[in-house]
Amino acid sequence: MSLHEIVFWLLSFMTIACGLGVVLSKNPVNSVLFLIATFFTLSGHYVIMNAQFIAIVNIIVYAGAIMVLFLFVIMLMNLNKDAEPQKKRLLQFIGFISGGALFLVIIAALRTVSLEGNAVDGTMDIGLIENLGMVLFRDYVLPFEISSVLFLSAMVGAMIIAKKEKVPTDSNTDHSQQIKS
Amino acid sequence: MPINYYIFLSLALFAIGTIGVLTRRNAIIVFMSVELMLNAVNLLMVAFSKFHGLADAQIFVFFIMVVAAAEVAVGLSIIVMVYRKIHSVDINLLNRLKH
Repeated sequence: MSLHEIVFWLLSFMTIACGLGVVLSKNPVNSVLFLIATFFTLSGHYVIMNAQFIAIVNIIVYAGAIMVLFLFVIMLMNLNKDAEPQKKRLLQFIGFISGGALFLVIIAALRTVSLEGNAVDGTMDIGLIENLGMVLFRDYVLPFEISSVLFLSAMVGAMIIAKKEKVPTDSNTDHSQQIKS
Repeated sequence: MPINYYIFLSLALFAIGTIGVLTRRNAIIVFMSVELMLNAVNLLMVAFSKFHGLADAQIFVFFIMVVAAAEVAVGLSIIVMVYRKIHSVDINLLNRLKH
């Protein structure tokens, strides 16, 4: 067993375990922490596949920015274990069966596919920033610019949606009173 | 490492994300399960980029991250607004389009 294989199996086990932790843990804060751990193990996978730029961006953007946003929202709402809504046992069981069936069906479809080759050996320099920058700014300039417009619209949209309404309409306040009582 | 192992790993992550979407009622955890599914796709993209020796798939991963960041910003602001209106993040309470 080479070093690559040992690292791969270790990281895969941790990825699956942390992914299950996201879904199964009762406390939302624990879910967020498990998801951050999942992103770190995925970055480890990217590193052993020589995709260093993607690994660093994954840590900075996902584990750094997006997960902090999630954590802020959860702590802002003050959700704890008692307020956590649970589905009925039957629906949970059906959900697990459906997800497992999806997993089994795609495995059965892909089991006979034989792709000759290796995901770890081969050229080392595709994932470097120099090479990726050349590809990004030569072949994918237009999508890059369009994604900047997408970011701008998402920012404006988020601000407009989350803005506090000055004068709430009557039906809304009635409903919130109902839920509270 | 054969590429099949990466296919099965990302498939397992995707199935876990699907189970999370189907079994949880907390809107934030449903969102996090969607993030898990996006990351499964990212892992597969990087594996195939390495497999074929082309950098294009890694650019796609970059764009998926951009779209995920925008989606999280808008989605979390929607969840905050829903919480402000009905003081809960239970997705079963959001059935008023039905009536």
